[in-house]
Amino acid sequence: MFRNRPIAQLVLIAVIGCAILIPLALLVPWFPTKASTQAGNLHTLYYVLLIASVPIFVLVETVVIYSVWRFRMRPGQERADGPPIHGNTRLEVVWTVVPALLLIGLISYSYTVLRANEKSHRDAITINVTARQFLFEFSYPRPGGKQAVSSVLYLPEGRPVVFKIRSLDVIHSFFVPEFSEKLDAVPGITTTLRVTPTRVGRYPVECTELCGPGHAFMRSTVYVLPSSRFDAWLAAQPANGKPPVGIPPSFARQPGVPG
Amino acid sequence: MATAVSEAPVVTRPRPRTRVPLPPRLRAPGWYRAALFEVLGFGFAVGITALIRWLQHQHPVISGEAITVVSMFSVPIFFLIGLGAFDYWLYWAAGRPTRPEDHSSHGALTWRDYFRVNTDHKVIGIQYTVTSFFFLFVGGLLAMMIRVQLAKPGMQFLTPEQYNGVFSVHATLLIFLFVIPVFAGLANFVLPLMIGAPDMAFPRLNALSFWLLPLGGIIMLMSFLAPGGSFASGWTAYAPLSTTMPVGQMFFSIGVQFAGFSSIFTALNFLVTIITMRAPGMSFFRMPLLVWANFSTSLLVVIATPFIASSQVFVLFDRMLGMHFFDAFVGAGKNGNVLMYQHVFWFYSHPAVYIMMLPGFGIISEVIAVKARKPIFGYRMMAFSLLAIVVLGFTVWAHHMFVSGMQPWIRIPMMITTAIIAVPTGIKIFSWLATLWRGVLHLDTPMLFALGFLTMFTLGGISGVMLAMIPFDIHVSQTYFIVAHIHYVLFGGSLFTIFAGVYYWFPKMTGRMFDDRLGKLHFWLTFIFFNLTFGPMHLIGIQGMPRRVAEYADKFAAWNLFISISAFILGLSTLIFLYNIVSSWRGGPRAAANPWRALTLEWQVSSPPPIFNFDAVPTVVGGPYEYGVPGAVHGIFKSPTSDRPPVTAGTFGRPPSQEAHE
Repeated sequence: MFRNRPIAQLVLIAVIGCAILIPLALLVPWFPTKASTQAGNLHTLYYVLLIASVPIFVLVETVVIYSVWRFRMRPGQERADGPPIHGNTRLEVVWTVVPALLLIGLISYSYTVLRANEKSHRDAITINVTARQFLFEFSYPRPGGKQAVSSVLYLPEGRPVVFKIRSLDVIHSFFVPEFSEKLDAVPGITTTLRVTPTRVGRYPVECTELCGPGHAFMRSTVYVLPSSRFDAWLAAQPANGKPPVGIPPSFARQPGVPG
Repeated sequence: MATAVSEAPVVTRPRPRTRVPLPPRLRAPGWYRAALFEVLGFGFAVGITALIRWLQHQHPVISGEAITVVSMFSVPIFFLIGLGAFDYWLYWAAGRPTRPEDHSSHGALTWRDYFRVNTDHKVIGIQYTVTSFFFLFVGGLLAMMIRVQLAKPGMQFLTPEQYNGVFSVHATLLIFLFVIPVFAGLANFVLPLMIGAPDMAFPRLNALSFWLLPLGGIIMLMSFLAPGGSFASGWTAYAPLSTTMPVGQMFFSIGVQFAGFSSIFTALNFLVTIITMRAPGMSFFRMPLLVWANFSTSLLVVIATPFIASSQVFVLFDRMLGMHFFDAFVGAGKNGNVLMYQHVFWFYSHPAVYIMMLPGFGIISEVIAVKARKPIFGYRMMAFSLLAIVVLGFTVWAHHMFVSGMQPWIRIPMMITTAIIAVPTGIKIFSWLATLWRGVLHLDTPMLFALGFLTMFTLGGISGVMLAMIPFDIHVSQTYFIVAHIHYVLFGGSLFTIFAGVYYWFPKMTGRMFDDRLGKLHFWLTFIFFNLTFGPMHLIGIQGMPRRVAEYADKFAAWNLFISISAFILGLSTLIFLYNIVSSWRGGPRAAANPWRALTLEWQVSSPPPIFNFDAVPTVVGGPYEYGVPGAVHGIFKSPTSDRPPVTAGTFGRPPSQEAHE
């Protein structure tokens, strides 16, 4: 039935290929544990991207492999040419419009995920993150204008958090893979990142912007605690830190720079 | 051997007695004079820095850093003057009689001709290609060092500073000293032949373009000798890290200027050559797609490259002259703008990735058409999609900055434009697939690399579309997912097309055939171990392993070891390529003029081509890919002494296994 209908053979192989590869792709343990609402939304977006991408790859590969198998030069064809097909307007329109529509769909979905992930909440607690070569420092505003300072990040489960991120020297970046959220710490400005942790546990905090020789070692830890335990922890912290400023007392330049 | 130039006797005035008290060998352009001028250049650097510092009351007057930085400009430029790259222009500017161009120095007869200022585009093309491959091997060696360091958690044999330097130099060399110039080199050789021209529009500028390149590369490599080590802030050199690093960083900022000027001069040359020197009958829509691709790339280069030059000039000013372009802490009202560096840098560096890909697209079009014996499907849309990528390529730069802390609203239009650019790219992939369909596929080494490219670039493109989606990019930015994407498009993409092009035009450039069995072995080893090396990086990136790290969390250990071992085998496989090319060049079987039975003009002359390409200017009478049309030709040569019958397209005949359906 399919012997003389290459297009039909192609479609069959592609469908079988997708049927095998899509589940395989979805079964790969891509992500670390999902520990925030943002991560939940992002994981879903990624699986949609996978489901959209596999057919494209399968289509391209199927045509390549099928062509190699079916149209390779056979003995006697050394001086033969293929048919002088220059184009097919309808096909070209289809393969312009269909990807464009697919991309519009993916962009729209991504936009909704972005809006959901960056929504501000009125009851969010603010935590200051100060990055410098080569450590993170976290400070929690306390009543009376003081800060409780910590080198390890504690967060309450289920409550939205707003990070105000600053740098004292070069560009760093604040990233927790389990939260699927990341933002650079830029000297001279304060950047804002919103996360709502949803899972009690211990996760790494990584610097993900090259900041010098200590970049690989610039890590910290975040502990997501049940809400009441977090409150207890915070109340017990000595509030003796000053509010963070982005400007260090002195900004020493490298030796040898004139001026 | 004698060239067919006018036979009228050249009138020479008696040579005026020179006042320069030097032996003739040091007066003539060449390496000896270049060495002398280098010393003068260094002296110039010492003198001018001392003078300026003394006038500015800066003590000590002799400053090692200042001399180093100024020498990096003056020594290479004086070297070029000594070598003779500027001779004609300097004589002309001084009002002295210029030496008449008798073309006796054109072309190459011995290996020595490849080591001087040579105006023949074919020689320059080979100079470019060989130099670029040298830097491929150096950059590849650095990659091997990276993978040794990352084979196990914990520090291995490099200090963190050294490791940061190694990956920075790795990327810089491979981008600026390999991918970009090797495409310029292949096109330099092939393009004038393809359009029926005797040379490029500006042969002297062409020679200068080439000689700027090894100078840039040497500057980059010498940074390892600088106090404080090589530049180590990545090839992206973000301020304010780069503006507060030791002087090795300046080797990047300045080396990039040399590579950048090399690129810009070549692009100018290509644009003028393509626009003005096509053979009669070659309209734009009868140009081979390689010419279209280089035309598009040259537009990108001339518009975008000045932006990286300027970003590095800003860094130079901040670092060496105490300015504050990127300094956030000077004081209220005087602060610099840290993010501006990234905007200026990426405004070039995003088009740069298209500069590194579009010529490869052109090569693939040539290889697939000839090896599938079919016209390129959708030729016009292929040309227009190149132009669309050029235009759109300038609108997407901030997708490299989604997590940079820039104004959040910019991310949305950037996501849209980044997704849009996937459409013309997809059109090209689908058109190549349709070209394969029902062709007669010759599966030799160039074709295998072209088919491998289609697969790898599709994967790189898919990861690229994923990266366009902002929430996903936020998660994977600056992780190994990015490293995976980069290498799928630059190695699986650009490098595969470079290999395809080198194998495809090797007979034309050298007059010899390469060993196809070794070529196929090279292909399969590369294809398999490339995927084993870079495929898993998608996974560990999403899992959270950052990039540019000298060591990592224990949970990534197993994959990193697997990747390192695959990478070592991948590295070894390039030695097969090296052996094949060198041994074939030295003693391979002689190549025919047209071993692939192609229609484009470069295959209608001998292998290697005559010194001035064509005995008579060809006339183009049809498209470049008219395979399957009996008797179709692309260009005709009216030389009466030609005894070679024109190569026409073969008859299109289907074996019984394929029956007509339409």
